[in-house]
Amino acid sequence: MKSGGSLSIWFFIGLSMFVNGGLILGTGLFEFVHPPEHPVVLSQLHANIWWGGFLFLFGAFYCFHFAPGPRPANKN
Amino acid sequence: MNLALILLVNQLVHLSSVDLVIIVFYFALVLAIGLYLREQANTSDDFFLAGREMTAWVAGLAFLSANLGSLELMGWAGNAYKYGILAAHWYWIGAIPAMLFLALVMMPFYHICRTHSVPGYLKLRFGESSRTLSSISFAFMTVLMSGINMYAMAVVMRVVLGWNIHFSILVSSVTVAIYVALGGLRSAIFNEVLQFFLIWAGALLIPILGLVEAGGWSGLKARILQNLTEQHIANPGAYTHLWSTLGDFGNNPMGINWVGIVFGLGAVIAMGYWTTDFLVVQRVLAAKDLRSAKLAPIIGAAFKMMVPFIVILPGLLGLALLREPNTGHLLRLVPGDVAWSNAGQAQGLHGYDEVLPLMLARYCGPGLLGLGITALIAGFMSGMAGNVSAFSTVWTYDIYGALIDKNASDESKVRMGRWCTLLGVAVSIGTAYLVMQSQSIMDYVQQLFSFFIAPLFGTVLLGMLWKRATPAGGFWGLFAGTASSVGMWAWVKVDPQAVKYVALSLGAQDQAQNMFRALWCWLICVLVTVVVSLVTKPKPDAELTGLVYGLTAIPQEERVSLLHRPVFWAVIVAIVFVILNIIFW
Repeated sequence: MKSGGSLSIWFFIGLSMFVNGGLILGTGLFEFVHPPEHPVVLSQLHANIWWGGFLFLFGAFYCFHFAPGPRPANKN
Repeated sequence: MNLALILLVNQLVHLSSVDLVIIVFYFALVLAIGLYLREQANTSDDFFLAGREMTAWVAGLAFLSANLGSLELMGWAGNAYKYGILAAHWYWIGAIPAMLFLALVMMPFYHICRTHSVPGYLKLRFGESSRTLSSISFAFMTVLMSGINMYAMAVVMRVVLGWNIHFSILVSSVTVAIYVALGGLRSAIFNEVLQFFLIWAGALLIPILGLVEAGGWSGLKARILQNLTEQHIANPGAYTHLWSTLGDFGNNPMGINWVGIVFGLGAVIAMGYWTTDFLVVQRVLAAKDLRSAKLAPIIGAAFKMMVPFIVILPGLLGLALLREPNTGHLLRLVPGDVAWSNAGQAQGLHGYDEVLPLMLARYCGPGLLGLGITALIAGFMSGMAGNVSAFSTVWTYDIYGALIDKNASDESKVRMGRWCTLLGVAVSIGTAYLVMQSQSIMDYVQQLFSFFIAPLFGTVLLGMLWKRATPAGGFWGLFAGTASSVGMWAWVKVDPQAVKYVALSLGAQDQAQNMFRALWCWLICVLVTVVVSLVTKPKPDAELTGLVYGLTAIPQEERVSLLHRPVFWAVIVAIVFVILNIIFW
């Protein structure tokens, strides 16, 4: 990455997964407390909780690991 | 844009507010990336080749994502519903050998000659006439294809989400124009990598939950067999076997045999697309060094092998699980033109290409649905960005720089690239509205695009591997191959019976015809190139250094461990590829 390009592509990926995962996890938890009137197929597996949680943690790790800073690694 | 423009009638899925937040966040993020990368697109190498400093991972994922548009995803899920697991051939034998061949055999030549484009290689190897033929046809067809994709996606958005068609075209094209014009190829690549993650995050739940519901792979096969038998479909077992039904044209739903798949698809169409279509090759040219350039297609191949899990499997799950919500009867999807006609809409029919959104709506509630739809939008936009960035590169270097202003400065090339991006988007929008007036244009242009790929592969391959190939041979081979492809297509259009000569069977479906037409026109291209080359004067060896096998010193890669060597990973990918074909034989 050239000068001025301290933000890595992986940071943007992490940000996207972090925000989307957080929104999905939050919705999943809300639906757990207030079950929807017309649930999707296999809603009893609560995919939005575990999948949203996974994306949230994955995104958080990427945001932290590739956060802008003096890290010397070659990051696109 | 006022959300009142979004029509909410007849749509397949209903988005909640959290879904809309996820979609709006995606648009904000890609625009932010474009603005952020603007300062890094000052020179022509920066703008058109992302500074040639991408790592193998970034180049490899972008290489794959440029091909992983949403039409591709929905179209091949629909094909899996229509043809069964045979559709997976387009992801395995129709991609993996070609990607490995690009990595190990062709990439060194592209990298060493430092070309900006595939037509640029033809200029160095065969001269200006071959480059002109190739670049004009590529630039012309690329923007037309971009417009057609734009229109097709807008139609899908209308059917799936109920969005206004003008709203979809306007918002997506303006966003793409802004971020590509600002950041060039780097911006396009960043968004392609983002799209790659969004697609997996948004689509992976469908096969996981689908297999849970169907009772695993064996349960899925049993349900498909039962459902197709119930509908009196001949040879239902062919829908879950890759190779065992390809001994005869009549044994499988595609009407093709193994010769068409192995030689037409694997050896010609796939090789042509993955090694000479500049849209995908441009991503690998952006790699920072030769080892990264060789590793990038191998990384792309490894992920390409997994794509059937999120594309083909949902199509098969649709065959097994989809039922009418009210009656509980099997839901039978139909061709898109039937489903999307007024009569089809009145009857509530669904097209093959809707199988992926149908499965998405089946398992994904608020939030997850927004992510899945965002993945489809991202796929569409990055596909369009890929077309536009490839167009601006070929236009600037191979048409403007070669024919109009040969002494263009670096600064003026970047300026031209930015304007071409906007021009490319504008032409795409125009094409989209043209197609809206006459649907048949779409079929013609999609066919036309395929005419150039197979002969181009013949020309580039001979150029790289046979030093005796001459400039006249290259040009006339490319011309004859393209003309013969157009000729065969027109022949079948005028006389449908001709399909028994072109595709060797009267029962050959469209895909089978494409395979055999590609095979014949490639053979004609190679034959004409060889014959003309043998009677014309070759270039001296000194002019072919860096361009042809045998006259090019391939630089030694730095001494790295086995785990960092491209050939090691190519062998691993090849082994997994063979195992997958045996498992699903």
